[in-house]
Amino acid sequence: MVTTTRTAPGELEAAVGSIPDPEVPVVTIADLGILRSVAADETTGVVDVVITPTYSGCPAMEAITAHVSFVCRAAGWEPRVSTRLSPAWTTDWMSDDGKEKLRRFGIAPPTHTPAGGPVPVALGRRTVACPRCGSDDTVELARFGSTACKALRRCEACRETFDEFKTL
Amino acid sequence: MSESTAPVPSPGRAVDAPVPTGDRLAAAYLLGIADDAMVYAQRLGEWLTNAPQIEEDMALANVSLDLLGQARGLYAHIGELDGTFRSEDDFVMLRDEREWRNVQLVEQERQDFGFEMARLLWFSAYQVELYAAAADSSDEIFRAVAAKATKEVAYHHDHAHQWLVRLGDGTDESHERMQTALEAVLPYLAELFDDDPVSIAAAEAGAGVLPSSLHDAVVTRVAAVVEEATLTLPNDSRWRSRGGRQGVHSAPMGYLLAEMQHVARSHPGATW
Repeated sequence: MVTTTRTAPGELEAAVGSIPDPEVPVVTIADLGILRSVAADETTGVVDVVITPTYSGCPAMEAITAHVSFVCRAAGWEPRVSTRLSPAWTTDWMSDDGKEKLRRFGIAPPTHTPAGGPVPVALGRRTVACPRCGSDDTVELARFGSTACKALRRCEACRETFDEFKTL
Repeated sequence: MSESTAPVPSPGRAVDAPVPTGDRLAAAYLLGIADDAMVYAQRLGEWLTNAPQIEEDMALANVSLDLLGQARGLYAHIGELDGTFRSEDDFVMLRDEREWRNVQLVEQERQDFGFEMARLLWFSAYQVELYAAAADSSDEIFRAVAAKATKEVAYHHDHAHQWLVRLGDGTDESHERMQTALEAVLPYLAELFDDDPVSIAAAEAGAGVLPSSLHDAVVTRVAAVVEEATLTLPNDSRWRSRGGRQGVHSAPMGYLLAEMQHVARSHPGATW
């Protein structure tokens, strides 16, 4: 007789949700809103996991898929991971807890997206608070940062440069 | 999904080929959209270590990555629609020049930074309007890819916008070179708005967007930036490139493919 030892679906969902983002490991894929759903079928032992990319070409998706599969198998489940594009990811899906974790890590979290889609923004016109000292006196240095989802800014008060998670 | 074994389109036979119908029509249309994004992604990638500042290396690589992602979102779908079940690697690494359906604008060689910003300004404006119009497409994957990409290409356009203003409204030399660049891209723009037989049929079928329907909105978008940059939108060009959507390409395309496909073709199936 074969006994399968699987964790409870709730536990599995928590384990998958707690997987760190490969580029910004202080936040989880659940915090970021990348994890869309975890549906575990207890009769078949198959779990369907749906993830969505932050940007179309996000190179972290393959690492995330591999990590999700690993965590599911370790918990005794057979994973089926799929990527869904629609509805498109927005930084509004990021949890407040996730935003606070980003800020503590030194990355300015995204603000809310304006209704009606993106609007052209001139250099430095938006207000982004420095994650280190809290000053609003910050300027944009580069609109494209170390990853697709970040821009680079400098605080004029404490003179530190910092990453900003772009509002999308 | 049909199990029919459709022959893979053979290279060199595309010109004046009959317009397909049904799913194959949608596939033929979307191939142009995917190839535009893929070829421009490859060109923009060349700026890594070549841009005027390191931040711009990052910026253009990021734009390239977004475009690569948009293309990847479409290729596997196209392979299902046309019944060949080709993978994204089959499409990108194993097609010959005559099988590519991108406009000639994106295959032109990398020139000075002003030229790149002029090309990006136009191409991103085109993509902004195209992806907005794609919201009405009957093709679910095209709608999803477009909805996902729409904010990305707006950001690319905003980036080109800022450089246009900085260079156009900068020094005498930067102004002059930016103006020259606007003239240099001009012959390659008409093709973006040409209604080729596949686009017309795809638009009638509800899957595609009629290219000419985007023209006015794109020109308005670009003209506003050009004016703010104290530059002049040049008059229509004396000659225009034609044929990319039918698989006819200019000289730089072959070199681009040779570089992009070299490893995959020399070492079939290699992994690392």
